[in-house]
Amino acid sequence: MGVVSPGFQGRPRTAGPQLPPGQYLIEDFPVLSAGPTPRVSLDEWEFVITTETGQVHRWSWPRFRELPGETPEVDIHCVTKWSKLGTVWRGVSLDTLLAEVDTAADFALVDSYGGYTTNLPLEDLLDGQAWIVYEYDGADLAPEHGGPARLLVPHLYFWKSAKWVHGIRLLLEDEPGFWESIGYHDYGDPWREQRYQGD
Amino acid sequence: MTQRYVDGNALAGPLAEVFAVDVTAAVERCVGCGRTGPVAALRVYQQAPGLVARCPGCDGVVLRLVRGPDTAWLDLKGTMSLQIPLVASG
Amino acid sequence: MARAAVSGRLTRRLSWRVARLVDYRDETPTARTLLLDVAGWPGHSAGQHVDVRLTAADGYSTQRSYSLAAPADGDRLELTVQRVPDGEVSPYLTEVYSVGDPVEVRGPIGGWFVWRPTKTEPVLLIAGGSGIVPLMAMVRARRTARSRTPFRLLYSVRSPADVYYARELARPTRGDDGLDVTYVYTRSAPQGWSGKPGRIGIADINRGGWPPEFEPSCFVCGPTGFVETAADILLALGHAPGRIKTERFGPSGG
Repeated sequence: MGVVSPGFQGRPRTAGPQLPPGQYLIEDFPVLSAGPTPRVSLDEWEFVITTETGQVHRWSWPRFRELPGETPEVDIHCVTKWSKLGTVWRGVSLDTLLAEVDTAADFALVDSYGGYTTNLPLEDLLDGQAWIVYEYDGADLAPEHGGPARLLVPHLYFWKSAKWVHGIRLLLEDEPGFWESIGYHDYGDPWREQRYQGD
Repeated sequence: MTQRYVDGNALAGPLAEVFAVDVTAAVERCVGCGRTGPVAALRVYQQAPGLVARCPGCDGVVLRLVRGPDTAWLDLKGTMSLQIPLVASG
Repeated sequence: MARAAVSGRLTRRLSWRVARLVDYRDETPTARTLLLDVAGWPGHSAGQHVDVRLTAADGYSTQRSYSLAAPADGDRLELTVQRVPDGEVSPYLTEVYSVGDPVEVRGPIGGWFVWRPTKTEPVLLIAGGSGIVPLMAMVRARRTARSRTPFRLLYSVRSPADVYYARELARPTRGDDGLDVTYVYTRSAPQGWSGKPGRIGIADINRGGWPPEFEPSCFVCGPTGFVETAADILLALGHAPGRIKTERFGPSGG
């Protein structure tokens, strides 16, 4: 431990049953970005699921928006240690998008406009655990928060909830994404504090 | 608000934990576009789980650094070469 | 033996050292200059920065980077900290941190955004707000070294009350012959100042800078948007990209 500076407390660090270990509560919504914010016009936007056999399922924005919407209210946990409780989104469940997809894959590699990727087990996208969301707090999802649409997988650290989502590749073998290939955990369960490889 | 980056100067501290020389004064060549320039002039995104340094010419990722509690991960696959000024010997 | 000495120096360079507050000066209602003593400080160049680490009684710790405001002077370091509302570190350093208290520092850091008195080409310094800090270190380093290198400082601030080092910059200081200071006021200008407050523009840099034919070294420091604008103007005026060094202050979390 370093030398203590008298009177220094740091930001309020609330812990509690609602918060995973090492997290603190915030009220605002920090913008994290690893690159410039991509601007995607809705005319060109598409969401693409590619299976391990190369089968492609594609949704244009109008087709995507015709799918039934859900309004998840969830807590989110960022690996940089902030957590935000009771966030309200609107989007399409991955159960809906994957319903017609025939696959034997165990893994998913999510890719975004702008080049970002993140990997997770396919089962973590199913059973009401993940959505492609296009609204936050009752308004269109702002570009800095991933609009027009982002992935939302609230039970994993928030870097898995890829902003500016473009598609999902279904894979038989796990392939590390942008942060997972440089030290971050392949799974990223905040309740087990799986921040880095080996955690 | 589209400019969320700072200059490569911001890499000086984190890279000084890894290297014995000041890498920000080195000249890098980008794999993506071949552009050369000082590491100090890269565009660094630091509001993120790690540091991401991008080429000012093509926005490609030149360097990434993640600092865990007792490990650093460094990715230089976007860097074709680093030309590092050294104090003349002899 | 020389080898052992060098590796020892490199190791020391990066270690955390205890710094104690010796004195402070308030620059503006929201910015304070801290004078710190660090035993065995290895020295630094104007433009370099340090990491400052704070640790709470429960072991929580966090760190920030701050530019050094003055050239090396034995074990003495000088930082100027702008208080960020709702920040985690800057409110502590500007309001709570008291004479005799310790923090930890690591450095000096950065070897690119640096001016050394051995340089002789004209220098243009363009500061936006708290971006003045490393540029002031260059002004002071020039004075300390009795350099005659011509300097021009273009300093953009919101209002006269936001100027750091105001007295030192206003009053002719011994050794500052050949330093010209021009202000750009973005919100409100002092009485008697000609012109309208506004963001830095081509005319300001044309008037307060050097012609590109003089091949000056340009140092630009400030918030991201400011640096972007100033650097674009310098390029448009014909300054070579290699002569423009920038340091953007990003959103730091204060």
